[in-house]
Amino acid sequence: MLTVHDLAHARAGDKGHSVNVSVIAYDEAGYERLLRELTEARVAAAFAALAEGPVRRYALPGLGAFNFVIERVQGGGVTATGALDIHGKSLSSLMLTIPLPGNEPEGE
Amino acid sequence: MAEDTVRIGSGAGFAGDRWEPAVELVERGGIDYIAFECLAERTIARETLALHRGQGSGYNPQLEDRMRAVLPPAAAQGVRVLSNMGAADPLAAGRKTAEIAAELGLDDRRCAVLLGDDVQEAVAARPDLPLMETGAPLESILPRMASANAYLGADAVASALSTGAPVVVTGRVADPSLFVGPIIHALGWDYDDYIRLAQATATGHLLECAGQVTGGYFADPSVKDVAGLARLGFPFADVTDAGAITIGKCDGSGGRIDAATCTEQLLYEVDDPGAYITPDCVLDMTGIAFDEVGPDRVAVSGARAQPRTDTHKVSIGYFDGYLGEGLLSYGGPNAIARARLAGEIVAERLRLRGFAYDALDARLIGIDSLHGPGAHRPEPYEVRLRVTGRTQDKKAAEAVGFEVAALYTNGPAGGAGDAASVREILAVQSVLLPRDLVTPRVEVVDAG
Repeated sequence: MLTVHDLAHARAGDKGHSVNVSVIAYDEAGYERLLRELTEARVAAAFAALAEGPVRRYALPGLGAFNFVIERVQGGGVTATGALDIHGKSLSSLMLTIPLPGNEPEGE
Repeated sequence: MAEDTVRIGSGAGFAGDRWEPAVELVERGGIDYIAFECLAERTIARETLALHRGQGSGYNPQLEDRMRAVLPPAAAQGVRVLSNMGAADPLAAGRKTAEIAAELGLDDRRCAVLLGDDVQEAVAARPDLPLMETGAPLESILPRMASANAYLGADAVASALSTGAPVVVTGRVADPSLFVGPIIHALGWDYDDYIRLAQATATGHLLECAGQVTGGYFADPSVKDVAGLARLGFPFADVTDAGAITIGKCDGSGGRIDAATCTEQLLYEVDDPGAYITPDCVLDMTGIAFDEVGPDRVAVSGARAQPRTDTHKVSIGYFDGYLGEGLLSYGGPNAIARARLAGEIVAERLRLRGFAYDALDARLIGIDSLHGPGAHRPEPYEVRLRVTGRTQDKKAAEAVGFEVAALYTNGPAGGAGDAASVREILAVQSVLLPRDLVTPRVEVVDAG
């Protein structure tokens, strides 16, 4: 199954109580597929062990990119839990693991 | 003395950044200004703490190293230097900078110090203000407040440049504003010209993390490679009076600048891309486009902005107890089960000793320390147990590392490589303070 890593790159940033993760498609086809399949609900499920949510998605078609804002992340500025990654900077890599369920391209 | 184009370099993206790339930019980047962004959210609180305890200067610990490396070539090339390395004590940082300039034999030792970001008194008088993160009133953390700093804007930075001093040192300034200030100063832009402020703010945001737009924090080997990452160069931007922006870096430096690196940095630490709030304007990134106009040269267009808000964001650092940590590694057959058992034993012993924690966690580095538990992950050969306890009781925090170390002769087989620490937790929340309660001012210091 394809994952986000096959279609896009990502960067996470600390917003204190929340974390943002950008997802940037390598090409237009990738962007279109992510637009359909990388929904707020799917991202929220992948981050369920780490964040209460909610998750907001902003689409930037001109840049072939999305910005996800994930609220109430463990270890954020307020509820410092002692998480190893206190800024949530490694969460871009968790985003890249998310499987995309859509129809596989022919031949795969 | 407005020019048609200004070239501004980025000398640092965080408090502990490298400075060789800054020296490279000053010596051969053809830049007019260089700005060093060295102040993350918690940094001022940490420096305030160090100052109060006589354990530090109150300003950036690397200020002296950076200034010694950068000031001589900057003086020789006529490059003006800006930095928020002043942290919790900008005046002391300015005096130190002037002193260093004198020691180095530079002609102009003046340093313009931007003050007024410390608003502890103003916020203490407004305990009713709601905290942006939780909505609770400010008074809930006021007794534990360590610092309160307003994010000053580009107008204040530009006023410091108007003194003519070759160096400007500040405390808390919004990261993009540290770059917007020199742009509007050099090009003679009106602070209410939002069409131009949008371009300047987009530029500042792209530059503020230095290497993060030139290929730093980007490489994923064989997926997206970065050539010469060890010699990563830092960026500069050319901004024209018409508001055209081009991002570049020194020829021959490591790294890469293209639409991919620029897009990652554009969205870095952004909430709503249609409303990125700075003290100068509310930037709308949604129309921004990147055009690769040459090798490691990207033109940026399409930034828009709404007028600035009538408040300043204020970052409040406060004490929030202690964090005790203990680490121990396990490898080979059944390593994960032994490490899990070790974590359970530590938790039980701490409970038996009567210690209580707001949060007590045992995680395995190699399995679930970064992203929590997850299915379908391969098992590693070795793991490192990490136990953390967050508590208001320092003794309880110290006991965490103690009990992890005690696993040597009292725990499962084969634990190795213990480490322990206790640190005071500095948490950060924010309030919005009306603009009229924040008064930036500039003081010029000189050395005899």
